Amino acid sequence: MPKELWKGNEAIAEAAVRAGLQAYFGYPITPQTEILEYLSRRMPELGRAFVQAESELGAINMVYGAACTGARVMSTSSSPGVSLMMEGLSYIAGTEVPAVLVNVMRGGPGLGNIAPAQSDYNQAVHGGGHGDYPRIVLAPSSVQEAIDLMGLSFDLAEKYRMICMVILDGSIGQMMEPAEMPEMKPIVDRNFDWATNGAINRERRILSSIYIDPPAEEVANLRLGKRWREVQANEVRYKEYYLDDAEFVIVGFGTAGRVALSAVRAARTEGIKVGLLRPITVSPYPYQVIDQLAGRVSGFLVTEMNMGQMFDDVRLAVRGRVPVEFYGRTGGVVPFPDEILAEIRRIAAGQWTTDRDPRDAWQARMVSVLER
Amino acid sequence: MQKEIIIAGFGGQGVLFAGQVLAYAAMDTGKIVTWIPSYGPEMRGGTANCTVVIADEEIGSPLVKHPPLAIALNLPSLDKYEGLLAPGGTLIVNQSMVDRGAKRTDIHVIFVPCNEIAEEIGDKKLLNMVAVGALLTALPELTLKDVEKALEAHLPERHKHLLPKNYEALKRGYETAQKIPA
Repeated sequence: MPKELWKGNEAIAEAAVRAGLQAYFGYPITPQTEILEYLSRRMPELGRAFVQAESELGAINMVYGAACTGARVMSTSSSPGVSLMMEGLSYIAGTEVPAVLVNVMRGGPGLGNIAPAQSDYNQAVHGGGHGDYPRIVLAPSSVQEAIDLMGLSFDLAEKYRMICMVILDGSIGQMMEPAEMPEMKPIVDRNFDWATNGAINRERRILSSIYIDPPAEEVANLRLGKRWREVQANEVRYKEYYLDDAEFVIVGFGTAGRVALSAVRAARTEGIKVGLLRPITVSPYPYQVIDQLAGRVSGFLVTEMNMGQMFDDVRLAVRGRVPVEFYGRTGGVVPFPDEILAEIRRIAAGQWTTDRDPRDAWQARMVSVLER
Repeated sequence: MQKEIIIAGFGGQGVLFAGQVLAYAAMDTGKIVTWIPSYGPEMRGGTANCTVVIADEEIGSPLVKHPPLAIALNLPSLDKYEGLLAPGGTLIVNQSMVDRGAKRTDIHVIFVPCNEIAEEIGDKKLLNMVAVGALLTALPELTLKDVEKALEAHLPERHKHLLPKNYEALKRGYETAQKIPA
């Protein structure tokens, strides 16, 4: 198919349709409303289900119900709306049904603002809903990658009977880039052996997240854990830039990752040998590649549009062997490449933070950044 | 090669569409491109702006602080972007909407009476295409023909009858800017 200029949010909607999305449930919130708006026209046109629910709670529980039938279902929202969905997400996880949830993140906490942010990383990757549950989290950094990952998200959710979240920020949602859409996939009845899709001529099936008997819940959680190890072994994805001869490495996902790419290129023209690792799956996290890099580079710089959340995962992989620096913008502020370039220059001059939490050192440096 | 362009003006001046036309022309000529609007509350009646990045390899940041190229369609945009332009850059200013000259001497500032030219052509809404035409004098990566073809290929069918006047606006903007000594 030829490339067309697609706006991120609309591209996500169309990519989901082409991946065989059968039912969408959502509630409007900036900066993701174009997804819902696009699907409100597109889904009925194809005879598929579109429901604007009465709230985010309604939407996620409709997703839960529809997911139990084995249909391809999803919801989309933005930070405050996703927070409202956390109870439902935990029930979906506990019931082991596949579902896709897109979070177009905005500045927070609280009502915050509608500007781009990555501050729901921990909610998506490490927490959110209650209970012991794993989840797959994909983090596109461009419109094309968002399209490609939408198709993948449904496949992964079904393969592992797991929630698959796609997290991006408002700038990717609002940005237009040339992109190629995949062919329209036909809707297929996958006939899952767990789906509650009408017990005609077969045994009745029950889907639930209730395990009144604690040992039974423990068995269920261990089953989820076993499945998660398969995900960790098979589904890690990332992109490397200029790593071959890199003396130190930036780690950034989504928009922060692509802004860092501009800074890395600028640094390269100054002769600074810096590389970039951009995680595409942030859950499962590419611990292994960072572990290997830590054995041969002099350190890392983590860039995020939050207060330093993924930073902890990088440190976990590095295990104290080399310094890990942090540079972030938060509250809906997107960093410019020159800010990250200034950090690269500082590090190239050997000024590593070794005496305190690099986030404290970053906050001290932010005083002069804010004055500029 | 990478070129960044910021286009700014009031809501309703066709700021976002002007950027999209450049993005389409870049895409159709095989380049990598990003188009990103400001989408904050300022959209409601205040200033609007978008950033277009044209490159021949994967684009990093879609936003840029000091662009080499900018279009200011009104006075607030001139006030904001004159100071931010990279040294040596080119700023196209809609002369119809400003009451002052340039302050900086290390950039090229090209004043084009976009409103008047658009009105002469017979459609005041074409002021954005006049400005785009003027910008092309400083953007050798795209030709007038590239932009005309992009309009033809991507303008919705119901607007196709407007193509000749759009072409004229682009051309008039280009020629006006060309006549101004650098």
